[in-house]
Amino acid sequence: MTRVLIPAGALGLGYDRDALARGVANRPDIIAIDGGSTDSGPSYLGRGASKYSRASVKAEWRGLMLARAEAGVPLVIGTAGTCGADSAVDWFCEITRELAAELGQSLKVAVLRSGQPAHRIVTALAEGRIRALEPAPPIDAATIEACTNIVALAGAEQIGAALKTGADIVIAGRTTDTAIIAALPLMRGDHAGAAWHGAKIGECGALCTTQPMSGVIQIDFDQTGFTIEPLAAGARATPYTVSAHMLYENSDPYILYEPGGHLDVTAARYHALDPRRVRVEGSLWVPGPYTVKLEGACVAGYQSVSLALVRDARYVAGVRDWAAAVLAATRARVAERMGDMADAVEVELRLIGLDATLGDLETRAGKPAEVGVLGIVTAPSLAAAGEASKILNPYLLHHALSEDEPMPTFAFPFSPAELDRGALYEFCLNHVMALDDPMAAFSLMVEEMGNG
Amino acid sequence: MAELGRLVDKVRSKNAGPFWLTLDVFCGSPEVYGRVVSALDTTRVAALFRVDPAVLKRFDIPDLHVVKFSLPRPVVQGTRADRDMHGAGWAVLLEELDI
Repeated sequence: MTRVLIPAGALGLGYDRDALARGVANRPDIIAIDGGSTDSGPSYLGRGASKYSRASVKAEWRGLMLARAEAGVPLVIGTAGTCGADSAVDWFCEITRELAAELGQSLKVAVLRSGQPAHRIVTALAEGRIRALEPAPPIDAATIEACTNIVALAGAEQIGAALKTGADIVIAGRTTDTAIIAALPLMRGDHAGAAWHGAKIGECGALCTTQPMSGVIQIDFDQTGFTIEPLAAGARATPYTVSAHMLYENSDPYILYEPGGHLDVTAARYHALDPRRVRVEGSLWVPGPYTVKLEGACVAGYQSVSLALVRDARYVAGVRDWAAAVLAATRARVAERMGDMADAVEVELRLIGLDATLGDLETRAGKPAEVGVLGIVTAPSLAAAGEASKILNPYLLHHALSEDEPMPTFAFPFSPAELDRGALYEFCLNHVMALDDPMAAFSLMVEEMGNG
Repeated sequence: MAELGRLVDKVRSKNAGPFWLTLDVFCGSPEVYGRVVSALDTTRVAALFRVDPAVLKRFDIPDLHVVKFSLPRPVVQGTRADRDMHGAGWAVLLEELDI
């Protein structure tokens, strides 16, 4: 039997400290927490930076490092620093070093890096070891070399290798959400289908329970299945809450692809042991070729944004015509004044209050009291984006619905009116890479931290 | 005729990775589930997202009283044309559909 303590769905989201203390008292075999996801978009991977505040990450990691010391078992974080790029792993290691010193802990830390040099992926592409998933953008050597960061998603094998070093703490770059939970049960010979299924159910912490924000859960894995138990007071896992989690952020609710195979939960049975705990059996692990998923982000331009507010009732009523006229006038002036650069400048206005969320797919129309006009300029350089935003500005500020009326002035919440957004990143890989040896695309180093 | 969102417990949409969108209709009871399964036409759902019905995956899950749809994201997450990084806003299209 392997008991995995999961403090939260992600480090930085907070967890229930009393529930964590109960989890430690229950003598887990490992503490595992996820540190990231692609869900907040490509900028984090593109920049190799964390989404969550350093202070939050440090405060929560401190609590987990103390829990680890008390439990005397390994503590693992996957996808450190939101994106799991090498620079984010370095950032996370630095926080860990600071905490080791502050807490007086002497630690053996295994650092698993998932960053991929472009040449490795280019070679794999040439060797036919890269396969596109559906839908995938077309790629060639130039696309790959244009990525500012590429990561491969480590699975249970790489996390297992890190655990075998005997490390107190494993800091992993990009991993699948499930690998950090499934690795130890798999190493210890627990049921493979249960290991992956339980890991998927537990990857978001208490999201699979009646109190999704409470964070802390524990999962017991064994030879035939797994048992899940939330640890916050009053939180319950039910067959419904547990089985429904297979739907979450998953395009197929029965199948989950992982390095080296896939999980099939079609035949899984969910059984309430009592009002709080659920037992699951019957999940199947289907071995397959060893592939790891790749994520890459590249710069797709630079952006400058503006926000103007239209409150005048006549202008609100005519805001679509007004915005079309502002856009036409801006584009004409960009063409006239920005020379060769003009063709590569994109100017867009989104009407907040009408259809800014859904765009052309919007099915409702109402009469808003005011409309926010979000001007978005995308250009080949930040300087060009700023220039085009400044060309847009006089129109956003004063454009009149007709020629024979007093000049209007619209509300701007900020000065300066335009805000540099920096680089616009895009995800440019939705591919897997075949590996003969799971460690071939990953590096593992052991570091001593703290001085005890 | 009624809006789907008024019949069911919850309609949720979310990214399933940067390239896919998934929508879950939690019906809440066998009765509502039965009604939704028979009345919710896949072609109409595809039309809401302006995609070919052939690319829309549909899962009717009686044990959970859930109808699930997955489709390639209408725009890839985080690209210039994307308006909704987490994909949660698309749920309203389904929620406000009359069935």
